[in-house]
Amino acid sequence: MPVKKFIVGSFYDEQVLFPAVKAVRKSGYKIHDVYTPFPIHGLDTAMGLRDTSLHTAGFIYGITGTTTAFSFITWAFTTDWPLNIGGKPFFALPAWIPIMFELTVLFAAVGMVLTFCYLCQLAPFVKKDHFNLRSTDDTFVMAIEANSKTNVEEAIQFLQSVGAQDVVVTEKETGWWIGRYDQKKQLATNQPHIA
Amino acid sequence: MAVLRYESQVRPPIVEGGKDYHQVTEDICRPVEAKPTKLWWIGFIISVALLLFGVYSVYAEVVYGTGQWNLNKTIGWGWDITNFVWWVGIGHAGTLISAILLLFRQGWRTGVNRAAEAMTIFAVMCAGQFPIFHMGRVWNAFFVLPYPNTRGPLWVNFDSPLLWDVFAISTYFTVSLLFWYSGLLPDLATLRDRAKLKWRKAFYGVTAFGWTGSTKHWQRHESLSLVLAGLSTPLVLSVHTIVSFDFATSVIPGWHTTIFPPYFVAGAIFSGFAMVQTLLLITRKVLGLEEYITIEHIEVMNKVIVLTGSIVGIAYLTELFMAWYSHVSYEWFAFKENRVNLFSPYGWSYWLMMGCNVISPQIFWFKKFRRNLTITFFMSILVNVGMWFERFVIIVTSLYRDYLPSSWSTYYTPTIWEIGFYLGTFGLFFTCYFLFAKFFPVIAIAEIKHILKKNGDRYKDEMTPIEKEKVEDFAHAHVH
Repeated sequence: MPVKKFIVGSFYDEQVLFPAVKAVRKSGYKIHDVYTPFPIHGLDTAMGLRDTSLHTAGFIYGITGTTTAFSFITWAFTTDWPLNIGGKPFFALPAWIPIMFELTVLFAAVGMVLTFCYLCQLAPFVKKDHFNLRSTDDTFVMAIEANSKTNVEEAIQFLQSVGAQDVVVTEKETGWWIGRYDQKKQLATNQPHIA
Repeated sequence: MAVLRYESQVRPPIVEGGKDYHQVTEDICRPVEAKPTKLWWIGFIISVALLLFGVYSVYAEVVYGTGQWNLNKTIGWGWDITNFVWWVGIGHAGTLISAILLLFRQGWRTGVNRAAEAMTIFAVMCAGQFPIFHMGRVWNAFFVLPYPNTRGPLWVNFDSPLLWDVFAISTYFTVSLLFWYSGLLPDLATLRDRAKLKWRKAFYGVTAFGWTGSTKHWQRHESLSLVLAGLSTPLVLSVHTIVSFDFATSVIPGWHTTIFPPYFVAGAIFSGFAMVQTLLLITRKVLGLEEYITIEHIEVMNKVIVLTGSIVGIAYLTELFMAWYSHVSYEWFAFKENRVNLFSPYGWSYWLMMGCNVISPQIFWFKKFRRNLTITFFMSILVNVGMWFERFVIIVTSLYRDYLPSSWSTYYTPTIWEIGFYLGTFGLFFTCYFLFAKFFPVIAIAEIKHILKKNGDRYKDEMTPIEKEKVEDFAHAHVH
């Protein structure tokens, strides 16, 4: 994984962070990510992130559950081994509604959580770096990705001017997640990006 | 601007004590990071002792059979199924608080939802033990699963409410666990990043799954929480509905009623909130979290208790009325002679149930009582005693006088192993709760921070002028 250079600004108030995100994007810097201790509604839009499709995935998992329950019970009770239970019909749909419902919920919930973990690359023993340990406490951390053409000094000053309390420059390995450092510590030469 | 939401000045603040974000972290992490107190150790040891007694009671039942219990042909469901329904009912409040109140945008839920959800999971764990060990040959318990077996394959009876129960309870447990744990991830990350000790870093490093707080992750997390809440809402209603089907689809007088599903769900919320009160009153005191679980929370929950208690009361009266109005002599006999008649063998349990569940919660119509901690604590225990007797009344008073008077079984008293099993689940429940309160944040840190600027007493008064400004003006004035 290549190593990239990041300019990391820390904010102590989300009301300062919001205009800062807009200003940083407007002036053409590429925001790598913003790390916050709690969800801030509207920050994803401000950063220009696409809406998540996780709920659509949940719907698909849900109907998979419904059809699994329905088709399996139908097969088991009408084809594989029809059981005469008090003379009731073999195809007793009303009696299957509870299990069909439960399996809908079960599939949707389990599927969504697994998809969530996959998309966010979350799992036990996964180690990630999020630039500032206090970003899970009270600090809002904005990481700007620098490329070969970025004037780092200028970027630092710009971040300070939009309200960042302290700004540091660091190098990290990129990838699905920011994790282990590259041994060679070579800077990647990516194309300039205007967000 | 999204952060600046307006919150009515009329509403009292949810978080007291003028907190900022860092103080919230400090306050909630302190009990986790401090050494356990003497009180914690005493409680934990008692719980483990109870648990061990329960394990021994179950051992006696597994080795010598269900004959160790005083169940018989007439009273085939006794303490065990009473306890099952009771625990499942208690396990309803957590998901109600976290799911239904999330959809209703009730900000106060953030103070109590984490502990209530944990309580839910532990209560469902306790509940599950009873039907499993009631089977007798517990090593065959997996027969309830529809797996391709060598007996045909002979499938389980998908038309049976008892099987619906298997699916309902296991789904409920799984979904509650996922909901709870996905909510815990950000807070475990907070603990991980604060950790100084090596084992703490390792433990929270593993359990936090590498959570970073990235905006994209939060966006997905919000979506996940919302959909899980939407799924859990009908789920929580379905679970106790299905439990009530265990009774309602039978032909036993006193069970065979269509009112059971809503009646059971209301009762479940009732007893669940009472258990949440019991635990939170202790938790907030012992862990010093009075500024997060405030008297306002207690009052709101007492309102829920008086509401659901009254619903339960109406259900009791309705089923009594219907028993009379239906002119079914068996039904009317079950109600008149087995329950309402105070001098019948179990008449006392019916009136105990009425007193605890319907009459006594009515004191919560008065604000003074709703805000009194001692009375609330006492009432929360009384409600759960009453709710235990509700299930006992439903099960035992319907069964003990069979259709054939020669098979009446008038005096059913549990054996020590039946009682031991019940006490054992208390041990399991509190052992889990003590461990949870020691190693996990009992209040959802991220969620509290999320509502802090809207509902914290320090920010509440400052919000209004900011609200009136335009976003650009605000940015110009406050950002240098």
